[in-house]
Amino acid sequence: MPAINVNPTRMELTRLKGRLRTATRGHKLLKDKRDELMKQFMDVVRENRALRKKVEEGLLRANAAFAEASAVMSPQMLEQALMYPKESVSLDMTFQNVMSVNVPVYDFHTRGGQESACPYGFAATSGELDDAVQALSDVFQDMLKLAQAEKTSQLLAQEIEKTRRRVNALEYVKIPQMEEAIKYITMKLDENERSSTIRLMKVKSMILNDAIRERREEDLEAVEAFGGGPKEENS
Amino acid sequence: MSEYKIAAIGDRDSVLGFRALGLDVFPVENAEEAKDSLRRLAKENYAIIYLTEGFARDMAPEIARYEDEVTPAVILIPGREGSLGIGMANVKNAVERAVGADIL
Repeated sequence: MPAINVNPTRMELTRLKGRLRTATRGHKLLKDKRDELMKQFMDVVRENRALRKKVEEGLLRANAAFAEASAVMSPQMLEQALMYPKESVSLDMTFQNVMSVNVPVYDFHTRGGQESACPYGFAATSGELDDAVQALSDVFQDMLKLAQAEKTSQLLAQEIEKTRRRVNALEYVKIPQMEEAIKYITMKLDENERSSTIRLMKVKSMILNDAIRERREEDLEAVEAFGGGPKEENS
Repeated sequence: MSEYKIAAIGDRDSVLGFRALGLDVFPVENAEEAKDSLRRLAKENYAIIYLTEGFARDMAPEIARYEDEVTPAVILIPGREGSLGIGMANVKNAVERAVGADIL
């Protein structure tokens, strides 16, 4: 008995065969999708790791520089110096379609940024602060790339997980189940066919026997009417 | 195509510098405030939110919630106390999630 209850009918069989064809095709396609996603994912993740390393190192440097700056400057001065940024960053986000996963592509532009990133006058601030801001603006470009790579890898990972589950469900559950159901129906139909053949043969022989008996009786009557023949000639 | 903003959440010393670059900076004192800020910013027009690892450690569920969303991208950065390795661990987790094993 198959795990699912099916009616052993020809219609059900045709339907199941169609579904099995679709499932097999879907399985193949999903498998291809998974493989390609995996390939893309590995590239992105490698980039992600490299960028993260770079950004973490860069930020460490920048933070050290800021610590130095805050050591020589008073917190109020530091706060004041950085209060009004000269540039403002805005971000354009477009989407790139990687195997039907929409991943963001960031494109940022700064407004009002001149050659130096320092938004303050040099009179009241220390040189350490300049270094710190410079270090930060150096690493910022990579930080944006990191954000893109990291988000992409997260989204791809999610999609791969989903696709893998689907592939496995089709391969190990759905397709075997349908194959079993088809086998069950075929066997049942064959069995039905055999039993109906036998029934026909049986009926035929019964009808034949009846006909023979009838014929015999008729013959006997004819013989008697003729005058009591000595023997029966035919059977 | 629309305009998005970039935010940085973290302790005052770690994120102050980002203000010079034109990012929107949200200094917070503890993980609770960081959670509130993150929730608030996620609803607004922020595409990237940089978050220092020191706070990220105590708010993993909040970050995981935005992992499968397209916006915002919550990116962990090392704070003043240096890299805690959480960001790297997250990359590793993504690999494990996708492949089933850490193959890098």
